Amino acid sequence: MIAIVDYGAGNLISVKKAIDYLGQDSRITADPAVVRHATKIVLPGVGNFAATAALASSGLQDAITARIQSQIPFLGICVGMQWMFTGSTEAPKTPGLSLFPGECVRFPSNVKSPHVGWNQIEISSTSRLCRGLPLNPFVYFTHSYRAPVNGSTVACCDYGGKFAAAVEKDFLFGVQFHPEKSGETGLRLLANFCAI
Amino acid sequence: MLTKRIIACLDVDDGRVVKGVRFVDLRDAGDPAELAKRHADSGADEIVFLDISAAHQRRATLLDTVRRTARQLFIPFTVGGGIRTLEDATAVFSSGADKISINSTALANPTLITEIAERFGSQAVVVAIDAKHHNGSWQAFTHGGRNPANRDAVEWALEAESRGAGEILLTSMDRDGTASGFDCELTRAIADRLNIPVIASGGAGGAADFSEVFREGHADAALAASIFHYGTSSLGDLKQHLADEGIPVRWPC
Repeated sequence: MIAIVDYGAGNLISVKKAIDYLGQDSRITADPAVVRHATKIVLPGVGNFAATAALASSGLQDAITARIQSQIPFLGICVGMQWMFTGSTEAPKTPGLSLFPGECVRFPSNVKSPHVGWNQIEISSTSRLCRGLPLNPFVYFTHSYRAPVNGSTVACCDYGGKFAAAVEKDFLFGVQFHPEKSGETGLRLLANFCAI
Repeated sequence: MLTKRIIACLDVDDGRVVKGVRFVDLRDAGDPAELAKRHADSGADEIVFLDISAAHQRRATLLDTVRRTARQLFIPFTVGGGIRTLEDATAVFSSGADKISINSTALANPTLITEIAERFGSQAVVVAIDAKHHNGSWQAFTHGGRNPANRDAVEWALEAESRGAGEILLTSMDRDGTASGFDCELTRAIADRLNIPVIASGGAGGAADFSEVFREGHADAALAASIFHYGTSSLGDLKQHLADEGIPVRWPC
């Protein structure tokens, strides 16, 4: 069972709908006990980084950390991916999980922010998450803060400079864009995650 | 590069797609779920669904139609029409919409913009503005273009942004349904002053109109309805035309 973690940030239904469409068993849950029994975890998220503070206070963070230590595949989407970094200047008092180095920062002022719409990403050939996708597919973004490119970046996007569109390390995966809203490309990526 | 979005709009009345000319004279154009899927498959970047019967009745029919449509749609899906409270918005999100669009209600009760944005995120709140040219400026109208709101459209767009709107859906009432081209002057007046994306609407007749509103109107996205439903213009041909002109579009998808 794939746990779709509900911490009160935004709309989880589109993620659930896409996973349903792929024929996978999933459950939207705010219960740490359910997360502790999940075989995969998806952490969606939109809106403010500060919303992730609810993960620590609800016990969900401990459950997620325990599952990550057991090498259960984990996918963070949008703010869910940003939470995997050290933090974000959007909410300096809320720490991230520090699974990846670096802090998320706002887009520079020479581009419109938020970054909304379909943009092209550049995928590195080694990505398991992006297996079978074209090298430069279009995906749907909506965000004002972005994560830095580092050694775990498997897809970059350029908007006022390069930023991490997808990260991957062992059983940890993160995407800044919304695979559940990115048409066939997004469905294939989610199917790849489900198959890991 | 961030692409210019082409948005297919479905005006829905009691579970069927209709499209009026200048907000009246409705023609039946088919099943919303089927049309939404067809548009998505042909290359639409987004689907907007405006419930034009909502002002009167039939919320249950709408939510059921949203649910059926959302089940097979994996691109952004916006629903507007008749959303007056946070509860109305919640019901629409729960049925599978990604964004809601509010118009008359936002003008009457602007705090609703902030309430919905705080609960669902700004990216989920589209403020729709129906604007009409009047004495050298543009006035906002409510209730499907029937009532003047006594607000300057540009000022209202700025206020909506500051209250938490994530996008502006800007309809030129002078051009809507006329196929005579988007109102580039209106679109640019608002797009140049806002940081959030502006979706131009009203007046799409052919591919050249889209190029013009992206180049001259500085629109981030453009929306049309009838030209797609009746097959007057194919989405694929439109996107190819824009790509040939050097406008960044998601094509091939």
